[in-house]
Amino acid sequence: MAAGPQPTPNSSTSTYAGFGVPLILPAWVIIGFFLVLPVGIMMVYSFLTKEFRGGVIWEFSLSAYDQFFFYRGLFGDEAPTIEWTYIIIFWRSIWQAAVATLFCLFIGFPTAWFIATRTGRNRSIWLFLITIPYWVNLLIRTISMKFLIRDNGPMNELLINSGLISEPIHIINTNLAVQLGLFYSYLPFMVLPIYAAVERYNFALSEAAADLYASRTVILTQIILPTVKPGIIAGCILVFVPSLGAFLAPDLLGGAKNFMIGSLIEEQFKGAAGNWPFGAAASMILLSMVLVVLTLYARQQTREQG
Amino acid sequence: MASKNIDLRRFPGFLPLTYLCLFLLYTPLIIVMIYSFNDSASITRWDSLSLRWYREVFFGVEAPKFRTATYNSVTIALLAATSATIIATMAATAMLRSGKFRGKSASFGLINLPLMVPEIVTAVATLIFFSAIGFTAGYLTIVLAHIVFCIPFAYLPIAARMQGIEETFEQAAQDLYATRFQTFRLILLPLMYPGILSGFLLAFIISLDDFIITNFVKGAGVETLPTAIYGAVRQGIKPNIMAISTLLLVVSVVFVTLSYFVGRMGDKKQ
Repeated sequence: MAAGPQPTPNSSTSTYAGFGVPLILPAWVIIGFFLVLPVGIMMVYSFLTKEFRGGVIWEFSLSAYDQFFFYRGLFGDEAPTIEWTYIIIFWRSIWQAAVATLFCLFIGFPTAWFIATRTGRNRSIWLFLITIPYWVNLLIRTISMKFLIRDNGPMNELLINSGLISEPIHIINTNLAVQLGLFYSYLPFMVLPIYAAVERYNFALSEAAADLYASRTVILTQIILPTVKPGIIAGCILVFVPSLGAFLAPDLLGGAKNFMIGSLIEEQFKGAAGNWPFGAAASMILLSMVLVVLTLYARQQTREQG
Repeated sequence: MASKNIDLRRFPGFLPLTYLCLFLLYTPLIIVMIYSFNDSASITRWDSLSLRWYREVFFGVEAPKFRTATYNSVTIALLAATSATIIATMAATAMLRSGKFRGKSASFGLINLPLMVPEIVTAVATLIFFSAIGFTAGYLTIVLAHIVFCIPFAYLPIAARMQGIEETFEQAAQDLYATRFQTFRLILLPLMYPGILSGFLLAFIISLDDFIITNFVKGAGVETLPTAIYGAVRQGIKPNIMAISTLLLVVSVVFVTLSYFVGRMGDKKQ
């Protein structure tokens, strides 16, 4: 059937009809070869045996996942009990990412609302102001945050000199420092989707509600929030997902006690602990968690549209 | 009632929170900029204004290290952003100007895939991949890894721009017997120019910004500016780091501002 008669081009035919495949091919080759294939190989590596100097021995093994979930004693000969170390690190990462997301929502929603209710030039200037810090190197932003909140940094110095406190507030190397760092890293990701949702919000709805004697609180919670919910959810995902696997904020601001997934994984490849299959397994677990979140999101979206 | 004339766009407390947001976003950066001009060798004590640490950055003991790192960062970003922009322009033409083709819906997911996979996972996967195929980690592995995650960032403004250009211009050219290539080169490309430039600049900054993936695939010896800074910061923040940070910050802001105005400039022309 391939050599059928040429279809007559209809009036709305696209300019480059028929060239879709060759045009998209480079993207497929690059992303397929240097991202999809590597993730596949990483999955294979998570089922291999570790080589002590880094790398792997090509022998099937479940020990990476086993080590993640079970403790079998110092010599591996005891009855397996649940290994909490890594579960706690994952749990802490989820918690930290969730708190950072809430911080971002608390500050980001009013900001997005405020910007979306400006007009014309003002609006684009505000948007620009909010997005600029995002384009500044993440490492530099994290270092700046560390510099600011150190025990003897400018923040504490200012507070002590002004007589508000007598002892420096100790933030660095605490959970709060990591949460602040994550908040600082991803705040614009919360503002932008909410802004996009509020911009489309029809204020006639608010007016109608006000005419029917709804209070401000009722308008906000019963009408505005449900209408802009897709933007809020998108913002939360855009902050939560990168926070979960973040490396720089926990590494530079959290110290050794506040280990998160990112540092755990990095240590398997860069640090002395060097266990590639285990690092690959932890990455697989992180990736699956992210995929679950994204799938739930996609499903919820199609349900709302359908 | 509407006659009560309350402004339904305003909520009490939203304005202070917006200012708090700006304050939180800018304070750390401004503080670092200020302290980069501090004459003191200690980062805790303020002495007097000086350019001492900028001299240190350009001519000091560590200057050659940072100069090489800057050279690497910029050339890698140029290579990665150029490749990503070409690939993204082709991909956008496929997605928006080529009608239906096999794998079109999957392609959309594929282009955005680098945004969905957590950076640290991409870093691990890329490291393992290059090691598995016996590719020595170094300059080239960094460039390849950067092209991948630059593609979606270049794609977004390019596709947005292309969506805004009506296809009638190209159809007119085709009716006047322009070849497809001529149509692309003489009609679509000039109209696309702001989108392409803006995509290139974003990809360039994203590449310059990357630490995690570079740190994994760089191997020994090759440093980019972020990995060099990270290495220096491990022993504590020194004043010269603040000077470098300020310089890099200014470069990023200039690039984003350029990208922003280039994007708008084109809008007005139409």
